Amino acid sequence: MSLLALESAIYAYPGAPPVLNGVSAAAGAGELIAIIGPNGAGKSTLLDLVAGLKTPASGRCLVDGRDSAATPRGAWCRLVAHVPQQAPANVPFTVEEVVLTGRIPYGRGLYENDDDYRAMEEAMERMRLAPFRDRSFQTLSGGEQQRVLLAAALAQQSPVLLLDEPSAHLDPQNEARLWALLHDLRALGRLILVVTHHLLLAAHHSDRIWLLHHGTLAADGTPGEALQPERLQAVFGVPFHRHTGEHGRMVLSYGN
Amino acid sequence: MAIELRHRARTVLAASALAALLAAVICPFLGGSGMDYAKLLRHEPPDWPIFVNLRLPRTLLALLTGAALSASGAMFQALLRDALATPSSLGVTAAAALGAVAAISLAPVETTWFPLVWLCALAGAAAVIVLVALLARSRKRFSAYTLLLTGIAVNGICSAIVLLLHSLAGITKSFQITHWLMGGIGAVEYSVLLLLAAVVVPVCFWVLRLTRVLNVVSYGDTWAAGRGVNCRQITWRGFVAGTVLVGTTTAVTGPIAFVGLIVPHLLRRVVGPDYRLLLPASVFGGGAFLAVCDTLARSVLAPIEIPVGVITALLGGPFFVWLLWSR
Repeated sequence: MSLLALESAIYAYPGAPPVLNGVSAAAGAGELIAIIGPNGAGKSTLLDLVAGLKTPASGRCLVDGRDSAATPRGAWCRLVAHVPQQAPANVPFTVEEVVLTGRIPYGRGLYENDDDYRAMEEAMERMRLAPFRDRSFQTLSGGEQQRVLLAAALAQQSPVLLLDEPSAHLDPQNEARLWALLHDLRALGRLILVVTHHLLLAAHHSDRIWLLHHGTLAADGTPGEALQPERLQAVFGVPFHRHTGEHGRMVLSYGN
Repeated sequence: MAIELRHRARTVLAASALAALLAAVICPFLGGSGMDYAKLLRHEPPDWPIFVNLRLPRTLLALLTGAALSASGAMFQALLRDALATPSSLGVTAAAALGAVAAISLAPVETTWFPLVWLCALAGAAAVIVLVALLARSRKRFSAYTLLLTGIAVNGICSAIVLLLHSLAGITKSFQITHWLMGGIGAVEYSVLLLLAAVVVPVCFWVLRLTRVLNVVSYGDTWAAGRGVNCRQITWRGFVAGTVLVGTTTAVTGPIAFVGLIVPHLLRRVVGPDYRLLLPASVFGGGAFLAVCDTLARSVLAPIEIPVGVITALLGGPFFVWLLWSR
């Protein structure tokens, strides 16, 4: 049984055509999957379904054999950690306190226990956040906030990690660090889904690509299989060219 | 770290509880008319009855009311993600006022029978809960924002009807209405205090258990939901708890402004934004603050008594402005 299974998942906002129109896919532990597609293709909605933030209108989303629609939210968040595209605004708490929110799904009492603090410390270290520990979250830059939120998701210690455009605010160095981190997490057996617009980074770093187009899965395969220039042109509406660069790396260019 | 937060929470709790205790012990001894302590010790009139039947219950009522108002103010500020939210933002004060004013003006007798006024004020508060519950059921989109908009509508409608009833009332009733609307801490029977405490104390405890989740609510729906917190559910429960707190106390005291806004803000600057510290501090701090304000209300211009709402605003307002400017 795969860790994550989507079975003909359909989702529509009220009074609008479906954003997701029957997506079926499966993914296992230790996979790093990039979700790509044009604006409005349903990438974030797909992530929200897996995060349990939205319930499919029909079809199912299963993680570890459990149905998202039938699982209590706290239990679901021990399976899946989601980092949204938009960082929360006006958060008066310190970096440490923000990272500790990742422990809420485990929380029974009013205060965090030793496990919670251990998980927080470990996540802070992984994200190199020690110097920011007592800084107020809202005074950080966009990229720093992104790292704090990712640390909170790591502290959640869930087998599935969902990142919605995590590199939107990152400089090249931090972007490289992020992908290196995702490789480490994959090696630890996590399943990672990343929504991104960076086709090249997706090609270089992910094991698999899910190409979404009009709410359906237009391709599901290795970067080499999924990123065919003809298919990309059909999906994105601009001509794509593919070459082989240094070290045999894929290079994509687009436009006329 | 874990130890540190617990330790701070304990310190904050102890300090604020001590403040409330001091207010409870000291305030009944202060007042416009001096007190003959020898008579008080011998349980002789008039000092002993004044102490036991007037000043002590007043102080206790102020403690309970201040605790309820500032706890619900702090909680509404968390739920609505709005620093300016007050216990009356969601319409409960206006609805309770409408109930009370209706009871005063529509009752056939000239003298007001207070239990009826209290019951009608409670009914007004309960009506707001029912109204919001119906709205929440009929519309899928139940959020802090819809709560706030509903509150604005309820405030407007209730104030309009209060004005209407007021304009139709005779001179005696008009005076009673005005007096009730000013809000004030009066001496009440111990049975009333006991009933009030039976509501306020458990609800405050329940709200305190909610504080870790309230912290996450301030991150917004998406982040909270991703940490397993259902904002919609918390908002609804918090709304009901806050409405019960404000409704029951307002029914007895009438509307008292500013406590629920100022006390949490003052304390936020002292203990920080963590509701696990802020809410217990608000409960006790709010009680102490209102008890002190009530003592001033009955002492400053004695034997004339100033409505306590005037004191809370005159004392708290400038202090608040000073705090904002000194930031």
